[in-house]
Amino acid sequence: MPPLRFRRNSGMRSRLFLWLPLALFAFFAGVAGYMLTQDKDEFVESTMIGEPLPEFALEPAVAGLPGASKAHFVGGKPRLLNIWASWCLPCIAEAPQLEALQAEGVEIIGIAIRDRPEDVSNFLGRYGNPYAAIGSDKISEVQLAIGSSGVPETFVIDANGVIRYQHIGDIRQADVPMLLGELDNAR
Amino acid sequence: MIPEIGLAALWLAAALAVLQIASGAFALRAAGGEVNPLAIYARPAAIVQAFLAVLAFLMLLWAFAITDLSIKLVASNSHSMKPMLYKLTGTWGNHEGSMLLWVGVLALSGGMLAAFERRLPERTMGATLAVQGFVALGFYAFLLLSSNPFERLPVPAAEGTGLNPLLQDVGLAIHPPTLYAGYVGLSVAFSLAMGALLTREVNPSFARVMRPWVLGAWVLLTLGITAGSYWAYYELGWGGWWFWDPVENASLMPWLAATALMHSVSVLAARDALRTWTIMLGVLAFSMSMLGTFLVRSGVLTSVHAFAVDPERGAFILALLGLYIGGAFTIFALRAGAVSEGKRFAVSSREGALVFNNVMLSAILAIVLLGTLYPLLTEMFDVRVSVGPPYFNPASAIFAVPMFLVMAVGPLLRWKSDKPARLQFELALIAALFIGVIAVVSFFGQFPLLPLLGLGLAAALGVAAFLPLRGRAISRVPVATWGMVIAHFGVAVSLFGMACEGAFSQERLAAVAPGGTEQIGDFSFTLESVTPVAGPNWTAIEARLAISEDGGEPVILTPQARNFWSPPQATSESALLTRWDGQLYAVIGNQAEDGRWQIRVWWKPFVTFIWYGGLLIGLGGILAIAGRVKVDVRRRRAVAMGTVRRSDLEALDAASPVPAE
Repeated sequence: MPPLRFRRNSGMRSRLFLWLPLALFAFFAGVAGYMLTQDKDEFVESTMIGEPLPEFALEPAVAGLPGASKAHFVGGKPRLLNIWASWCLPCIAEAPQLEALQAEGVEIIGIAIRDRPEDVSNFLGRYGNPYAAIGSDKISEVQLAIGSSGVPETFVIDANGVIRYQHIGDIRQADVPMLLGELDNAR
Repeated sequence: MIPEIGLAALWLAAALAVLQIASGAFALRAAGGEVNPLAIYARPAAIVQAFLAVLAFLMLLWAFAITDLSIKLVASNSHSMKPMLYKLTGTWGNHEGSMLLWVGVLALSGGMLAAFERRLPERTMGATLAVQGFVALGFYAFLLLSSNPFERLPVPAAEGTGLNPLLQDVGLAIHPPTLYAGYVGLSVAFSLAMGALLTREVNPSFARVMRPWVLGAWVLLTLGITAGSYWAYYELGWGGWWFWDPVENASLMPWLAATALMHSVSVLAARDALRTWTIMLGVLAFSMSMLGTFLVRSGVLTSVHAFAVDPERGAFILALLGLYIGGAFTIFALRAGAVSEGKRFAVSSREGALVFNNVMLSAILAIVLLGTLYPLLTEMFDVRVSVGPPYFNPASAIFAVPMFLVMAVGPLLRWKSDKPARLQFELALIAALFIGVIAVVSFFGQFPLLPLLGLGLAAALGVAAFLPLRGRAISRVPVATWGMVIAHFGVAVSLFGMACEGAFSQERLAAVAPGGTEQIGDFSFTLESVTPVAGPNWTAIEARLAISEDGGEPVILTPQARNFWSPPQATSESALLTRWDGQLYAVIGNQAEDGRWQIRVWWKPFVTFIWYGGLLIGLGGILAIAGRVKVDVRRRRAVAMGTVRRSDLEALDAASPVPAE
């Protein structure tokens, strides 16, 4: 038996075959080009979504308002948990939006991060008080436990005390209806 | 003044690249052995261009050395108080500088090709230099139009903003330029392939010109990947040595293509077969380097290696990619049909084995490419996926296992046609080692399939690598053959390390109170203390672990959990204890509520063999280059001496009186 030989390429079929690398490359270039023009959405949903709030009970951050605890979030309706601080500039920017939310009947519970009672009091006097209660988190303990890494951040908590939504950064005017929608979803 | 000289040199180099393209293109129009008079400028243009591009890079290096803070790049990437070594390596520790290094090496290799390569026909050489100039021009344009490294600040900065602390590492300072030089070596192979294709000169003498470039690039890529893998192993603190991360794959894919190309170009040089295939691989290898650059620099893929990414630059590189690779594949499709296949050969021959493994390598390349690009594809439909070892390991093993078996046998076969019956002893030995080792190891315990196969293959391949020396006078074996033997043996060594790490690694995760002792394998470790320590730009928790082997003298290891503050970043600094038969790898984790510390310790038997193997593979490549160059030099000298002797004889003939009849 003669040794088996590789067949010589010839004919139309092998000619078409030669275009294959170009076709594959063109496909890749098309996909890559399309992806380059797309805005890259680096948003990563917090792994705390769907988790219940940890047990906590914080001292009042200012005289005249109760401190914040998990008990505030259980029963009735969904609420907002607002992480903020008097020393935080974006918190000033979001103050009117919080007032607007409160005017819509939303109950907002604040946690003031590394703050002093007199500063909190000054802030509320100057920019208004949308809060039903404010806890004082002097060492960011609760903040870290609920997966928040900055100020301000706002969480939607449902009536069972489960985290349903996390908003990072200050609340802009456009975010108000979005948050109201999330509160509705959490019902 | 310094940056202006650099910038001017860069513009001039770009202009010379245009001249090189035009002149090289005129060489193509030469007919009937006549050299077009305009074609003579291609070589000098390439040489002078090399000087200018290197000058531009040296100017930037100088600016970094003296920390010229009027230059934007220096101000944003350096600092006057940094050690000199890191000031210099900082030159290419950023996007613009690394691209300048890239074009510097590119122009330098083009210049060397133009200066020293005299074996190719002038037409092919002209076409090659035109392509090389065309590639260089694209990158000059990229630098000058979108990433000017010499841009001045309107007002000089008072102080630089430093370099990423993670990048202040000697290994990392050397690793990228090594890979870059490898990528650029493949650009020369690409230009040569295109030149040969355009002038229809795909033949053994072309292959002999191409081979040292491919070998050199391949050696650099091998060493770059080996170093990168070790860096990830000790620096990332996860205990793994390969993560199938997009950036790692970006360096692996050109290596796979270059490995296939290196073998295929050898077949072309020795046997005048595989012409189209060699050209195809030449284009593919450089495509993979450029694709890697694109993926890393454009940020279309998310990676653990955080590079500063910029979609606009990504678009520029994609355009270059389309121009070069799209163009090359178009020319390939149009021209390759006209290139005859070359000499034929039987399936059971050395060529047959090489073709088989070339196909296997290409299949692995396709698998890695698909796995790397798959997330890009799914993101089009807003689905985020991460492709990891569960896909890459088994999918590539399907092709790697037969490849390693054929690799053991291939070098024993004769060219053109061989009868397997001739190799009865060798084949039996290889099969016995492969099956025997697997049987013995599985007798002692349950191990995963892939490491088990790896151990069998490593044993078979480790012995088979030396079989080509059998029956030969050792002192007369050519250097290049030694190169092959050592490189193949290196693959076996590396495979052995990988398989041992996969099969026999032991892991111990324990919560240890200070003073507590735990056991892993033959080692016991005692947590002596946990103390805070501080560095220039970080603070850390450092554990002192006293490790004792079989109750012997303890050795202190100090793993750290570091926190950098600018930019804020937490890293785990592993501590390693290296023995000849493996490494102990320790990291410190969090503190538990009761005051105990999480200590994670691995015993990884023979893990270091992975990188020893990599070094052996590189050494084999270096020997192969040395062997080829030696033969070339000897041949050239013989030809020169022959010419001298002939002219002497002619002179003698002319001088001697005509003998009387």
